[in-house]
Amino acid sequence: MIVQALAFYMFAFITVASGVLVISARNPVHSVLFLILAFFNSAGLFILLGAEFLAFILVVVYVGAVAVLFLFVVMMLDINFVELRQGFLQYLPIGALVGLILLVELLVVLGGWHLTPEITAQASAPAPADLTNTQALGELIYTHYLYLFQGAGVVLLVAMIGAIVLTHRKRPGVRKQRIADQLARRVEDTIEVKSVETGKGI
Amino acid sequence: MWEIGLSHYLTVAAILFALGIFGIFLNRKNVIVILMSIELMLLAVNINLVAFSSALNDLIGQIFTMFVLTVAAAEAAVGLAILVVYFRNRGSIAVEDINVMKG
Repeated sequence: MIVQALAFYMFAFITVASGVLVISARNPVHSVLFLILAFFNSAGLFILLGAEFLAFILVVVYVGAVAVLFLFVVMMLDINFVELRQGFLQYLPIGALVGLILLVELLVVLGGWHLTPEITAQASAPAPADLTNTQALGELIYTHYLYLFQGAGVVLLVAMIGAIVLTHRKRPGVRKQRIADQLARRVEDTIEVKSVETGKGI
Repeated sequence: MWEIGLSHYLTVAAILFALGIFGIFLNRKNVIVILMSIELMLLAVNINLVAFSSALNDLIGQIFTMFVLTVAAAEAAVGLAILVVYFRNRGSIAVEDINVMKG
């Protein structure tokens, strides 16, 4: 029990600390790296909660795809980040005020509320005891939630096509092989046979 | 203190969510950090969902978390693509300049 508590406090503390550093780091590359740290530690929290599959997915999707995408964009765009930090102190008081009010409100809600004992009986998909977390999730997703799962796939497809359409551009002056044009060429268009008389030019 | 329950996880999630809001206010000019703050807030929501799912022994919360992850990934991809196009056209990503889109 004490090991679990220590692990929880470690993961929670590192998650919150790297969250602070994400929003306060001077260099956005450092922000992305702290975001990756936050994701890794919340994957640890998920494992403590018994959601192994989501911990795995969090590392694969967030660290492997989203954070690397952020890193790629931060490094690719040539931006003067010092200029963007102007007004940092100007917005600090109001931001701190709003964040603090929100946090206090959330904690007040948390403190004045408890679960009724019979609520576990009302679970619409109780976790089966004899299956691993991944198996149990799979059995739900591919039966009851199949259409939603397919819809999630469509969302990803639309996002992929949207991102490609937005960032794709045709640059002038680039010579590429166009196979359709090559195949459409006829012999008559390119070669002309002329009979040249002896001793004369064309 | 050594008995970790639902409220511990909810507190962590609440702190992360407030940090996300704070980050949006703090980095008003930098769209990339604003997008990262949004990711932090989505992470806080995910921690909430998984904590309740685990506390109530109900798998729906974890399935919902998967869909939140999907939408977060799609949002990051499209948002960053818009950012790249905007930078290509304007040469900066300052939030104040984005209002050129209004009529």
